[in-house]
Amino acid sequence: MASYLRPTALSEALAELARRPCVLLAGGTDFYPARGRLTRDEDVLDITALAELRAIRITPEEIWIPALATWREIAEAPLPPACAGLQQAARAIGGEPVQNAATLIGNLCNASPAADGVPNGLALDAAVELASQAGRRRLALADFILGNRRTARAPDELVLGLSIPLSPLPARGVFEKLGARAYLVISIVMVAVVARFLPDGRIAEARAAVGACGDRARRLPALEAALAGNRPDPALVASTHLAVLDPIDDVRASAAYRRIAALALLRRAVAALAPDRERPAA
Amino acid sequence: MRHPVSSAAPIPLAFALNGAPVTLQAPPLMRLADLLRERLRLTGTKIGCDAGDCGACTVLLDGRQVSACLVPAAQVAGRRVETVEGLAQAGGLSALQAAFLRHGAAQCGICTPGMLMAAEDLRRRNQAPDEQAVRDALGGVLCRCTGYRKIIEAVLDVASSPRAPEPEAQGAVGARVAKVDGIAKLLGKEAFGADLVPEGCLSLRAIRSPHAHARFRLGDFSALRAAYPGLLRILTAADIPGRNLFGIYPTGKDQPVLAAGYVRYRGEAVLALLGDAATLAAIPEADIPILWEELPPVTFAEAARPSAVRLHADAPGNVLCRGRVVSGDAAAGLAAGAVRAEISVETGFVEHAYIEPEAGFARRIGDRVEIFACTQTPYMDRDELAGILGLAPAQVRIIPSAVGGGFGGKLDLSLQPLIATAAWLTGQPVRMVYTRSESMASTTKRHPARITAEAAADGEGRLTALRFHGDFNTGAYASWGPTVAGRVPVHAMGPYRVPNVAATSTALYTTDPPAGAFRGFGVPQAALATEALMDMLAARLGQDALEFRLANALRPGDRTATGQLLGAGAALVACLEALRPRWRALRAEAAAFNAAAPGALRRGVGIACMWYGIGNTGMSNPSEMVIGVTGEGRVILYSGAVDIGQGSNTIMLQIAAQALGLPMGALDLVAGDTDRTRDAGKTSASRQTFVSGNAARLAALSLREAILRLANAAPGAAPGAALSLHGGKIMVAHDGIETVLDPAAMAPDAAGLVLRGEGRYDPPTTALDDDGQGIPYAAFAFAAQIATVEVDLALGTTRVLGIVAAHEVGRAINPTLVEGQIHGGIAQGLGLALMEEYIPGRTENLHDYLIPTIGDVPPIEIFLIEEADPLGPFGAKGVGEPALIATAPAIFNAIADATGVRPTRAPCTPDRLRALLEKAR
Repeated sequence: MASYLRPTALSEALAELARRPCVLLAGGTDFYPARGRLTRDEDVLDITALAELRAIRITPEEIWIPALATWREIAEAPLPPACAGLQQAARAIGGEPVQNAATLIGNLCNASPAADGVPNGLALDAAVELASQAGRRRLALADFILGNRRTARAPDELVLGLSIPLSPLPARGVFEKLGARAYLVISIVMVAVVARFLPDGRIAEARAAVGACGDRARRLPALEAALAGNRPDPALVASTHLAVLDPIDDVRASAAYRRIAALALLRRAVAALAPDRERPAA
Repeated sequence: MRHPVSSAAPIPLAFALNGAPVTLQAPPLMRLADLLRERLRLTGTKIGCDAGDCGACTVLLDGRQVSACLVPAAQVAGRRVETVEGLAQAGGLSALQAAFLRHGAAQCGICTPGMLMAAEDLRRRNQAPDEQAVRDALGGVLCRCTGYRKIIEAVLDVASSPRAPEPEAQGAVGARVAKVDGIAKLLGKEAFGADLVPEGCLSLRAIRSPHAHARFRLGDFSALRAAYPGLLRILTAADIPGRNLFGIYPTGKDQPVLAAGYVRYRGEAVLALLGDAATLAAIPEADIPILWEELPPVTFAEAARPSAVRLHADAPGNVLCRGRVVSGDAAAGLAAGAVRAEISVETGFVEHAYIEPEAGFARRIGDRVEIFACTQTPYMDRDELAGILGLAPAQVRIIPSAVGGGFGGKLDLSLQPLIATAAWLTGQPVRMVYTRSESMASTTKRHPARITAEAAADGEGRLTALRFHGDFNTGAYASWGPTVAGRVPVHAMGPYRVPNVAATSTALYTTDPPAGAFRGFGVPQAALATEALMDMLAARLGQDALEFRLANALRPGDRTATGQLLGAGAALVACLEALRPRWRALRAEAAAFNAAAPGALRRGVGIACMWYGIGNTGMSNPSEMVIGVTGEGRVILYSGAVDIGQGSNTIMLQIAAQALGLPMGALDLVAGDTDRTRDAGKTSASRQTFVSGNAARLAALSLREAILRLANAAPGAAPGAALSLHGGKIMVAHDGIETVLDPAAMAPDAAGLVLRGEGRYDPPTTALDDDGQGIPYAAFAFAAQIATVEVDLALGTTRVLGIVAAHEVGRAINPTLVEGQIHGGIAQGLGLALMEEYIPGRTENLHDYLIPTIGDVPPIEIFLIEEADPLGPFGAKGVGEPALIATAPAIFNAIADATGVRPTRAPCTPDRLRALLEKAR
């Protein structure tokens, strides 16, 4: 028989998950659309009363985005420039009604190939923290997302949040989302780039990721290598850097177009990494 | 909560609703939208998609806007919920609501509560928002009627003092009167199809074909019945009491209410389940024993091939019908031209995407059945349902609900035959609310088109000939296919003088959803071809695109390809002349931008013209209206014209008040109930202002005459006589004499009226002959629009920066409503041009099927050209469909101007445009 539980303590939630697999419910923005008007015979664990999973934490070493942080809260939090791309994504997801309810962690756990949170998380080198009664573990986001709608979360685990490591070097993050209309739009392609800068303005280290071009968002190691040691310049982005992508044809665009768009967006994102006064045209 | 509870069982909940504490019991996973609507009967919060895609259900939760369809009831415990019902202050409109009313920001009103709550969220955080802030705050709420411009204006203007009161009395026509149903819409009090639920109502769930083309057998239902005791009845094709076929035309009744063993499209209804809502929602589709035998689909590409399976016995070649207009000698005219151009254009299915999914209820009362549901055509519904139920038309009563957008999609029956049959058979009221995907999968669409056309002009730039053929995918059933096939050839030449025309069309059956009526009946598709040809010819002649059109524009005294002589009101010239300064300025601005061309962006400016015949094509389409005075001295207009948001309730009263000579506020309205009003035809073909407006005018004149006769006013006194109402009495002042009439002393008729006027108007038209010769319409509307676009050459994306629209409307009965129609039509034209394409089985929701959001519709400048039509009421013509037709061609022409490549496939999505650019390199 379908059941519902909304515990107030993490220990209760983990105990329940240890007993049986549950559908996890937070902002509801993926849960309800998947069900339409039909009801399902399923056990639902509503995690929204877990107060310990609510507050975003900012320290010099790490930003902690807990499971219940909404996109709106992320957009409004005083995050460092490395997270600017993530915050752009937060303002571009759905519309405000969705941003006020949907969570970043839900976006990651739903693992849509077009999830706007994933390329940002990859570019930020973020890791999810999972908990079960057996203990806690951290898993790089790249190892957490396994494919289209598939993650490494075990049935008895709960994702507590996302850890974004910070570096002493100044960093900037950029997000470019391409959709076919202004709001309420699923990305055709999106790219996220985060770079750490040396004092002379050269890139110390960059991470770039592309979403909606395969069963999950991918980092582009070849591009990252090409960027390291250089000033941000769109000319550094080559189509060969996109070889790891594996886009498909669907109602939003053709695979060929996605490659072209990803290249154009990456060049713009790299251009946007530069400080305003020395930004080259993409 | 320490232990799991049954998710079906109610749990206690306490929260604050619009400032007052509420405690109740509800299942924890019940959506907040359902909790508000079904449990608390607060139906101001609307449901458009149940998926967070449309924002109609937007409410405030702890002061922030959320989609109430995505919030579990359990999560509102201890929190503050605010809905549209909490906005009104002291029973009146809040400043925000008043601004919406003042600006005409609510058309059908279905998105209005959501828009208001999103705007309220913004207003509390930002007292002086700019337009970008308004767009960001309202970006999660879709509107299909307004084009968002008046909503933006309203939100930016909350603080301003209201405009001076409008002139009343004789000035009713031409005044920017607020919509008469506007306040109810803004308060969330209007009853849409899903808003009324009679006591003891059963729910109905349709089971639909998952296949485009299949045979099926029904299995054994005993296990299903045993598993779900709340499943009270299962209706099949065998249960339809009368004719299990319906359709628009007498010869086109080919669509079953419930399919009998054979389905022709995905989404076709096969079974109807009756029971309580919770039981029906719990039945998985897979548990329903239907044995499918899938058949190969008959696609638009294949339907006309000799090898294609014939879908309807009486339609060889899968041809539903053909249309033809021929005048002069097109081949000779083309050969004689100094320049020639030809083009092929393709368009896809376009979904109406009204925010209100089909909904309503039916109940049996003795030997009659009443249907309360959304519709654009109550009288056709009545007659059609009578056939389905095996009843006389008088046994069927249609009470139209408020309609949350129609655009042609609610001209066909949808849920009515199912609920009416169920209520008739069970004797219990039966309710049905379509899900979004059900609405999208099962109801009609705009016809996909495959058009080839060519045109020629002489050395001076005069058009010599146009040849046009369009194949239209009419889908599985006839619906309005004949209307499209008939209207397109008449309009194919565009609003131009073309001496030699050969225009033909074919409507082809396929196993796609039925294509029906959608704002423009095929003419928007045709205009994509014709208007591209005009640009191509102008370019080949080295002429300016506007001047070329102006030189060829139809003028009074010209003949159309059907041989019709145009009279006053053929005022395309005035539209183009109004646009000329803006055209030149915008072209210069775009050229300057491109000369400086930063990066990948290029701008372009395009123009397109359109003409549109008002009313049905070459056939009778009368409207009748009654206006009367009751014994209490109330004046009531009985109007069968259904207001689907465009404002006909307001327009009819403005016209009637003007003709009667009383202030508009003195008139009450009874609208649309087939038991109480006369047949005013359908709300389609841009006909209500022109046709029903004339009927209202004639009815009011007839009542005025009756009043003057009683007051013994000399026959010549009529124009000068002044009427007024005081304390239930009618005062007539003429020639210095005031006569007082006392309705209370007069004998009422059966309808309770002591005085009445009746009006009937049928536009003078003639049927078209085999060459399409005749007088198809009594009036044509004309318009021209300019689009400015910015194309990103790297991504293939197109942003529309602005539209300038000049519309010849005869007379703007209410300029605010006319502008609202133009804004909304332009938004739909923009969607057609750039983003909208319905693909059965793949875009059956509002996140894969994209309609323009508040961020996509640019500023719109409007020139209203008012050259009184000789036949229109006070000179007025329709504008509903004309608003849309020129937009997509203007955008395509602007893209061609910006990029040098010409889109020929609608929508021109980023990947398609990028591919064209790639090919042109």
